[in-house]
Amino acid sequence: MVRGRCVRIRTHPIIDFPKRKQLSFCFQKKRLVGEEGDTIASALHAAGIRTLTTSLKYDNPRGFFCGIGKCSSCLMRVNGIPNVRICIAPLKEGICVEMQDKLARLPVAEFFGEPTKTLDFDVLVVGAGPAGLCAALESASRNAPVLLVDENQCLGGQLVKQTHKFFGSREERAGTRGIDIAKDLECELHRLQREGKIQVMTDATVIGYYESKNRHRFGVVKRCEYKSRLYDVRCKAVILACGAMENMLLFPGNDLPGVYGAGAVQTLMNVYGVKPGDRVLMVGAGNVGLIVSYQLLQAGIMVDRVVEAAPVIGGYHVHAAKLRRCGVPIFTSHSIKEVYGDEKVEGAIVVKLDEQWKPVKGSEEDVPCDTICLAVGLTPSTRLLSQIGVDLEFIPEAGGYVALHDESMQTSVRGVYVAGDASGIEEASTAMIEGKIAGLAAAMQLGRIRKKNLLVQYQNQLSQLRAGPFGEKPRIAKEKIAKHVEIGHV
Amino acid sequence: MCEYEKTGVLSITDLQLPTGKQLEKGVAILECVEEIPCNPCVESCPVHAISMKDINAPPVNDFERCIGCTKCIGICPGLAIFVVKVKGEKARVTLPYEFVPAPKVGNVVKALDRIGVVRGEGLVTKVVKQGKTLVVTIEIDGKYAMDIRNIRV
Repeated sequence: MVRGRCVRIRTHPIIDFPKRKQLSFCFQKKRLVGEEGDTIASALHAAGIRTLTTSLKYDNPRGFFCGIGKCSSCLMRVNGIPNVRICIAPLKEGICVEMQDKLARLPVAEFFGEPTKTLDFDVLVVGAGPAGLCAALESASRNAPVLLVDENQCLGGQLVKQTHKFFGSREERAGTRGIDIAKDLECELHRLQREGKIQVMTDATVIGYYESKNRHRFGVVKRCEYKSRLYDVRCKAVILACGAMENMLLFPGNDLPGVYGAGAVQTLMNVYGVKPGDRVLMVGAGNVGLIVSYQLLQAGIMVDRVVEAAPVIGGYHVHAAKLRRCGVPIFTSHSIKEVYGDEKVEGAIVVKLDEQWKPVKGSEEDVPCDTICLAVGLTPSTRLLSQIGVDLEFIPEAGGYVALHDESMQTSVRGVYVAGDASGIEEASTAMIEGKIAGLAAAMQLGRIRKKNLLVQYQNQLSQLRAGPFGEKPRIAKEKIAKHVEIGHV
Repeated sequence: MCEYEKTGVLSITDLQLPTGKQLEKGVAILECVEEIPCNPCVESCPVHAISMKDINAPPVNDFERCIGCTKCIGICPGLAIFVVKVKGEKARVTLPYEFVPAPKVGNVVKALDRIGVVRGEGLVTKVVKQGKTLVVTIEIDGKYAMDIRNIRV
């Protein structure tokens, strides 16, 4: 087990990290202390614990990778319940956290404390990130009652870690930081909540789609401190805004604790105020890699370099320029060959690539570091869509398999909508507009309102944002997606 | 392929440049050359000096109209705008800064160029908060007016 020094961020140029109440908990029969607002994973990381699980076959130590509940590298037993994703499980006073056997034993404790409860809504929105929040606000304010479900303890999805200012125009809140947009959207949500137009369920997972007549029907598990509750949710329309997951890259040592998705590191430092490490190698110079590198510097963490396999920087030049003038080099046509270290990352070998993207012999360089961030793209989260049975297609420009959908974001199954990264990888500004389109279209389909002009206005806004060279990939993706969709009936 | 697409560093020839006279007045240098969907600088300009053909076009500054007011610096999401004013042997560069500790008026700070190399020292003459972004003015050696783009406190 690796134990480090205290890694809490106390001063930050953008985020306030006030001293919070200490919570004590038990890990492997030892007392540890975390802070209120922590997840179990952030508390363990701050306590210097980086090995969370071991690999199934070779017992390799593993840390968390995605940090947002999408992968399975942080599963632990919490108060006797196995397979808890500790990266999204809130830390509570007195809980007992244990590393689990490879295949977890069935818990002794009963899962569900209360009988199943049935809920009926016009619209179910899955995911409270930028797309889901905007979808829920749009439907609810058009007189379609909404249930909004999210796996995390707080709303906002990945907006809550985006400390940079957004691009776009006034309509997309350009110049405002993602974290502030999240707060504003939440404020708006609370207003509609008070008016009884929207119900919010956090710490809850939609676990499956079930048979029902004239309705869509889902099982939702709401996690409570000791026992969970199962909800039988029926709705006329559903908007799936489940986001995306960061891609892994193949190289020896890619599962060592200390190899993270760039977004995981962004979550750890910007949401929980915990430093991922002291010296970082960033892999990927798209906007995510560039932005997270800059935010690492803002948190007082050294970024050794950014390597990018492509011959050009993929992200905006302005993001690259911010890094360069802080002295961080960006090596294009370079990639990571391997990561080494005993139970944790101690360094990496980077290598130059030739025009055929093949490693150049003798160009290997040893880069000592304790953290590797992978910013090599995202894959849409489509599992629930797939289970519902909507038509999916592999579209490289969208980041993988995506649900085919029309311009109103409706999939091949009537009443099933998709929005944001789950509908094809893009960014938060367009995700918010897609959410509005889906929310409005759902309310229109249910006959709650007629606003064809507004729908067209939102669609025009989207095309404007995608009109430039950086919008080419999503533009191609969305054209393919809309061309192939055929909408059937429930 | 432009060199900056590989390096992330603009050269002086990539930029729209003011005349010596306009530099003496003090004008905004827009280090934003790509077609990205973004326009807060246009909206923030009180004298309508900054314009763009459409939201994806790079911004253009009318240096005759620009009054060097620095309002666009703190609003730019790319932190890509700098106001440069040359006065005799000295120059004043106003730049965005988002690190701790915050510089204070009277501090002498390291003056860095576009690749983070220290090119000299700068005297902090003004610090304005625009949201969480600090808009910092430093006085530097005039010959580095078009090179210094960052500080280290």
